[in-house]
Amino acid sequence: MPLLKGGVVAVDRWQCAANGETLPADGPVIVPFVRWRAERETLIGRNAPVGVRLTNTDPVADLAPDLDRLELIVLEFPKFTDGRAYSQARLLRERYGYRGELRAAGNVLRDQLLFMQRCGFDAFELTQGQPVQAWVAATNEFTVFYQPAGDGRNSAMQLRRAAILAN
Amino acid sequence: MIKNKNLTGPQSVTANRLADGVVVFLTADSQWSPRVSDSAVAQDAATAAALMAIAGKAAADRIVVAPYLFEVGVEGVVVRPLSARESIRAKGPTVEEREPASLG
Amino acid sequence: MYVYDGYDQTFLEERVAQFRDQVRRRLAGDLSEDEFKPLRLTNGLYLQLHAYMLRVAIPYGTLSAAQLRQLAHVARRYDKGFGHFTTRQNIQYHWMKLEQVPDALADLARVQMHGLQTSGNCIRNVTADHWAGVAADEIEDPRVYCEIVRQWSTLHPEFSFLPRKFKIAITGSPNDRAAVRVHDIGLRMHRNAEGEVGFEVMVGGGLGRTPIIARTIRDFLPKRHLLSYLEAILRVYNQLGRRDNIYKARIKILVHELGVAKMAEMVEAEWRSLKDGPLALPAEEIARIQAHFTPPVYPDSPVFTPEFDALRLSDAGFRRWLKVNVAPHRQLGYAIVTLSLKPEGGVPGDMTADQMDAVAALADRHSFGEVRVTHTQNLVLPHVRRADLPALWRGLSELGLATANIGQVTDIIACPGLDYCALANARSIPVAQRITQRFSDLARVHDIGELKIKISGCINACGHHHVGHIGILGVDKGGEEFYQITLGGSEDQNASLGAIVGPAVPNEVIVDAVQTVIETYLSLRRPQERFLDTYRRVGMAPFKERLYAAA
Repeated sequence: MPLLKGGVVAVDRWQCAANGETLPADGPVIVPFVRWRAERETLIGRNAPVGVRLTNTDPVADLAPDLDRLELIVLEFPKFTDGRAYSQARLLRERYGYRGELRAAGNVLRDQLLFMQRCGFDAFELTQGQPVQAWVAATNEFTVFYQPAGDGRNSAMQLRRAAILAN
Repeated sequence: MIKNKNLTGPQSVTANRLADGVVVFLTADSQWSPRVSDSAVAQDAATAAALMAIAGKAAADRIVVAPYLFEVGVEGVVVRPLSARESIRAKGPTVEEREPASLG
Repeated sequence: MYVYDGYDQTFLEERVAQFRDQVRRRLAGDLSEDEFKPLRLTNGLYLQLHAYMLRVAIPYGTLSAAQLRQLAHVARRYDKGFGHFTTRQNIQYHWMKLEQVPDALADLARVQMHGLQTSGNCIRNVTADHWAGVAADEIEDPRVYCEIVRQWSTLHPEFSFLPRKFKIAITGSPNDRAAVRVHDIGLRMHRNAEGEVGFEVMVGGGLGRTPIIARTIRDFLPKRHLLSYLEAILRVYNQLGRRDNIYKARIKILVHELGVAKMAEMVEAEWRSLKDGPLALPAEEIARIQAHFTPPVYPDSPVFTPEFDALRLSDAGFRRWLKVNVAPHRQLGYAIVTLSLKPEGGVPGDMTADQMDAVAALADRHSFGEVRVTHTQNLVLPHVRRADLPALWRGLSELGLATANIGQVTDIIACPGLDYCALANARSIPVAQRITQRFSDLARVHDIGELKIKISGCINACGHHHVGHIGILGVDKGGEEFYQITLGGSEDQNASLGAIVGPAVPNEVIVDAVQTVIETYLSLRRPQERFLDTYRRVGMAPFKERLYAAA
C-alpha cells in the first residue's frame, strides 16, 4: 500500500517482524510493542533502525525513555471512527518530545488526514486508490485552526495575541 | 441493512432517495416509487432476499440510501405497512404540518 | 454577542467548501454511505424517518435578529417553511435535500451560523443559561466561557472521534437553568473564599438509557485553566471510554466504572502536564471575549407607566402573562420575556418562517436585536423595557406566541418522536398536543402552578423525561405505542431523577393518567406547595394508588 510522506508517495524501506517471526538479518525493522518490550536489548544491539507498532491501547508512556532510539512509531486506526491513536500521537509528540517518523496505519481515509497531521502524524499508509493530489489537498482545506496541537501550527488565539502584541 | 431480522410474512423494501432524501418503495419492475401502494411484495424469504439484492445494487449505484425490509399486509391490491413506525414513514407525520402562516 | 473576526469567518467558509466537496464526492460515488455518515453527522445532517434533517447550532442559545431572519430564509427556501427548536438550544429542519445542504450552509455562514458538531461523536454545541447576561441572580455571564470552549472544541483534531457524543453546559448562576448536572461536563461558576470567580467541575451526568446525575471532581477551577482542564478530561475519556458497546460509551459509564475518586485523580494527573502549556488562558484573552458580551447601554425606563398599570388592572390575560412569561431583569425598568412555543394543540418548539421574521422585528424594536433559545424549546427576548410590555404582549398575541404557560403544565418539552425520528419507539408530539388540549383553561393551568412535563419517544431521552416533574417515555409493546410515567424528576440545582410509577399505559389513556396524577397532587397539596414539593413530601404511594386503582 502506498506510503504518503511529505506530500509525496515515498518508498517504504521498513520490514515488519511480527511476534515470533525471525528478525531480518539487517535493515530497518518494525516490531509490535510487546516484542519491543520483550526483546529490547536484542533489537537495540542489532545496529539497524528500529520502529515500534502500537495498538491503540498500548501505553505510550512506556516508550518515553527509549524515544531517542526509535526512528519510527506506527499507530493504528482499526476503524476510522476509533480516535484513540490521536491522543497517543499528541502524547508522543507534545509530552514526550518524539521527533522520529510517526505513521498512521489501518483505516486511514482522506477526510481524517488533516486531524492526523494536526496531532503529529507525518506519514500515512493509504488504503484508498485516490490520486496523491487529493490526499495532499485534504491537508490544505483549512488555513485557520482553533487549537494548539502537535503539528506546530498556530491557533487562532495565538495569532490574535501576536497581532495585539505587535501593535 | 435489515432493521429487524425476525421478519415473517409478506415484506416490501423501502429506502430514501440519495440526493433528496424522499422515502421510496421498491416496485415490481425494480423502480422506486414514493407510494407504498406501488411496493413489490415478497411472500417468502428467498423473494425478500432477491428484492434486497436489487435494492443493494440501487444503493451501490447511488440511487437510494439505507434500504431495508419491512412487514406489510396485503388486502387485494392494497399494500399497507403493519407497524406504526412504517405506517408513519409511508404516510408522513401524524401531526399537522404547519405551512407558512399568514399573519394579519 | 460574539461577532466573528476574519479568522472565524475564514474558517467557516473553508468548512462550507469542505462539506460541499464531501457531498459532491458522495453523490459522485467517491465516498460510501459508511464513510460519509460520520462526515455529514459532524455537520448536523441526519437521515431521519422521512428525509434528511439538518440541525443548526445556536451557540449557547444566543441569536441576533439578523440570524433569526436567516433561519426563516432557510426554512422557506430549503425546507417546508418551518423549523423546530430543540432541547439543546438548536434548531432543526426536517425536510432537507442532501444536494441543497451545501447552499443552505453557505447562506447560514453569511450570518456566522453553521451545523458544526450538532451531531456525531464529538464535543457538541455548548449550552448555557438562556438568561445569561441579564439574570438578576447571575455571578458572571457564562457565554464568555461557552464561546472560549466553542472555539477550542471546533474541529478539535484529537477529539473528533470520541467513543460517543459529548455535551458541555455552563451556568453562571446559583439557580441552574442550564441543567448542568445532566451533562457529560457541567460547569458552575461560583466565588471561592478569596472572592475569585471560577468553576465547579462536574462530570458524568447524562440521561439516555442510564440516567446519572454528574459528580463533582473539582470544587474550584480558576478561569485560566478552563481549557487545559477540559482537555485533560477529554483525553482520559478518549483513551479509556468504552468503544465495545454503544450503550456504555458515554463518559458517565467510565466515571461509574472507575469511581469518581479515580476519575478525578487521572484527570488531575493529566492536567498537571497540560495546565501551564499553550491552552492556559491569558486574562487579556478572556477580557477580549468578554468585551463581546458587554450588556447594551440601557436608557432609563420607568418601572410602571399609566398604560401598563391600566392594562394590568383591566386584563386578566395580561396579568397571567406577566406572572409566568415575564421575569425580573438585572436592570431596573427592564424585563426578560419568554415567548411560548407551546400554544394549545401546537407542536412544541415549532415555529413558522413568518413567525421567525415577525419575532426578529419585535427583537429589533423591543430587545436590542437579541433573541435567546431555551432548552425548554421556547424563545426569549432578553432586554425589554417594562414600558413596552403592553405593546409586546399584543404583538406576540397576534403571532400566537403569548400563551401564558411558561413553567406550567402545558409548557411541555417533547422530542420529535416517531413522527420524525428514525430511532423513536412511539410518538411524543401528539401526546403533548392532547395534554395542552386537556388543560386549555389558563385559569386552571395557573391554579395547578409550576409543573414540568417532559416527553421522550425512546430511551435516548431527548425529551429529558428523567428530569420531568412528570416524565413520559414512549415504548413499543408489540407494535403498539405505550407510555411509561415517571414522577419527581428535576433538572435544577437540586437535580433528581424521576421514579417509574408502574407499568406503561396505552396511548388511549396516557392523557387521563396525567390528569389523574395532577388531580392527586391537587387533593394533597398544602398552601404554596408546587407539584414537586408535594411529591417529595408524600412520595410515590398515593400517586401510584390512584393511577392503578381502576386497573
